[in-house]
Amino acid sequence: MRGQKTRSALRFCTGGMLLLSAIVLGPDIVQPVQAQPVKAPEQNWSFKGPLGHFDLPSVQRGYAVFAGICASCHSLSEVRFSDLTDMGLTLEEVGAVAATWQVADGLDAEGRLKHRNARPDDALSSSYSGPEAARAANGGVVPPDLSRIVQVYPGGADRLFALLTGYKPDAARVPGKGFANSFAIGHYTAMPPPLREGAVKYADNTPATVTQEARDVTTFLAWVSAPHQDTRRRVGIGAGLYLCFLAVLFVILNRRLWSHVRK
Amino acid sequence: MAATPARHTEQAEKEAHSFLQQAGAYARHYARLPLPADLNWWWTIGAMLVAVLVLMLLSGLTLTLGYTPDASLAFGSVEAIERRMPSGWLLRAMHMTGASFFMAALYVHLLRGLYYRTYLPPRRGVWLSGCGLLVLVMVTAFAGYVLPWGQMSYWGADVAAKAVGAVPFVGQGLEQVFLGGESPGTPTLHRMFTLHFLLAFVIIGLVMAHVAVVHAKGSSSPSVQPATRRKYLPFYPYFTTRDILAVLVMALGFVAVMCFWPGLITEPANYRPANPLHTPADIEPEWYFLPFYGMLQVVPSKFWGLLVSGGAVAVLFAVPWLDNGQRTANGNGGLARIADAGALFACVGAAVTAAAAGLHHAQGGWLLAGQAACLVYYLYFLAFLPLRTRFAEKNA
Repeated sequence: MRGQKTRSALRFCTGGMLLLSAIVLGPDIVQPVQAQPVKAPEQNWSFKGPLGHFDLPSVQRGYAVFAGICASCHSLSEVRFSDLTDMGLTLEEVGAVAATWQVADGLDAEGRLKHRNARPDDALSSSYSGPEAARAANGGVVPPDLSRIVQVYPGGADRLFALLTGYKPDAARVPGKGFANSFAIGHYTAMPPPLREGAVKYADNTPATVTQEARDVTTFLAWVSAPHQDTRRRVGIGAGLYLCFLAVLFVILNRRLWSHVRK
Repeated sequence: MAATPARHTEQAEKEAHSFLQQAGAYARHYARLPLPADLNWWWTIGAMLVAVLVLMLLSGLTLTLGYTPDASLAFGSVEAIERRMPSGWLLRAMHMTGASFFMAALYVHLLRGLYYRTYLPPRRGVWLSGCGLLVLVMVTAFAGYVLPWGQMSYWGADVAAKAVGAVPFVGQGLEQVFLGGESPGTPTLHRMFTLHFLLAFVIIGLVMAHVAVVHAKGSSSPSVQPATRRKYLPFYPYFTTRDILAVLVMALGFVAVMCFWPGLITEPANYRPANPLHTPADIEPEWYFLPFYGMLQVVPSKFWGLLVSGGAVAVLFAVPWLDNGQRTANGNGGLARIADAGALFACVGAAVTAAAAGLHHAQGGWLLAGQAACLVYYLYFLAFLPLRTRFAEKNA
């Protein structure tokens, strides 16, 4: 985000230089054509803009989609179950949610991997025993960790949503390439179409369409990528108002003080 | 025997008393310090810098409580600070925003000095200590950026190490000392953490020296009137009030960036954990290093690139000797002032162009633009500053 903004600002400042170089060098600065991802259409997210805030019911539904579908391949290794209290769950609910997960618990006497029910201070770690197992199970590709995905994924939430809903209805694996999806780099992704109608049952009886599931899980992942964003914005408004008030007082004080000074 | 401790306490009390008196006298002396009445708002940047420095020190000290300088744990410890440490996200946001604001204010402070020629005698010491501070702050900012151990941290350290390695004769040894191995790793993190922590306090000490020199030599001023005709006002309350107002206005901008537009100063790639096997497509430093990064890239030879980009900072130390004229009333006439502002504007424009060239990896036209920018940047210091006095004398 920063890179893009700085880049556009700098481009503006040095537009003349760019124009000059374009005239001098012509086709030299034209980049070779690649299968660039299609630009995702903008969505109206609840958390969008400097004053947005997360739609917590959607975040919770998104957790259901993540736990029911995404978690079979993807991890949230920086997130602990206890962090989920911030999306509106009580500690008891978090304990109950954690208990439905199995996590690795060392080796038993014969050297086999043991598992136990997760506890609130466990991370939402990968379901594979290691990257090799993940690679073997997914045709040579390790499913990425999703802890910061909306922040680090170029295109952010819009592109994530577009990718999840961007498969053709009859998508099939093309050997060596993956599944066709115009929002992926090179227009192919290794991820099979993850969502289908009714794949999860929402506790609040929202109809689980593919679009709804994609929308909810994207909101959940955006929340996971910036869990304190709502608090951050609230602090900003409070601190901003306080500083404005203080600044007005000091403007008055400063004017009074300097009014006695002859220029 | 019983009398000894009592006498001891008495004496200690007396000493403490005199210390308090001393501190009070010191504070009164500083509060009464006469400053030129015509100082303008550019003279409040120093107060902003002090405010941000204090914020950096406090937030930095708190962040160390949750940070682990180890290649396998650093990224997770920063994530834990952001996600689970009470108000950890706020502390880290303040520290990150503070770094950008500190560098921005420092550059403006520097440009103020260049424009108003505050480096002229008797204030060469102020200028030199300021340049020393600039270098220390840059090193500290770089070391701090390595600590979160994201992709940009890792590959930034890698690029910097290779740049250091390009120094003839001592380069290889310096690279080894810097990295503590063949590639960035836990030893590098230990080095950067120690450097970041240590330099913070060195900077505080040097800031005190910087301010002490200002107090000893008297403040610079935007006017060129002889000192005898100038009006003076005490620091308190005239300038303290104005400084506080300036700090409040800066704080508003600070809060806006930190709380509403954090994307302006965060690098998304640095939220991916460091991966030595995967080189990012775009390795770019923080915005405040981009001009020097650009200069490094537009020069074809590695060593000369290092010399040109390092020299761009080093040349600042020579400024009081490059421009050794006198500030006279004639020298700041209408035409000369426009020339001054235009030349400084060209120099800043050159730095921005070099930064843009760095962003575009000096490809295509950017190579040429970046090289032209280097030339203009150096011309300001090596041609304009020495000639400025001569022009002024001719005009007089």
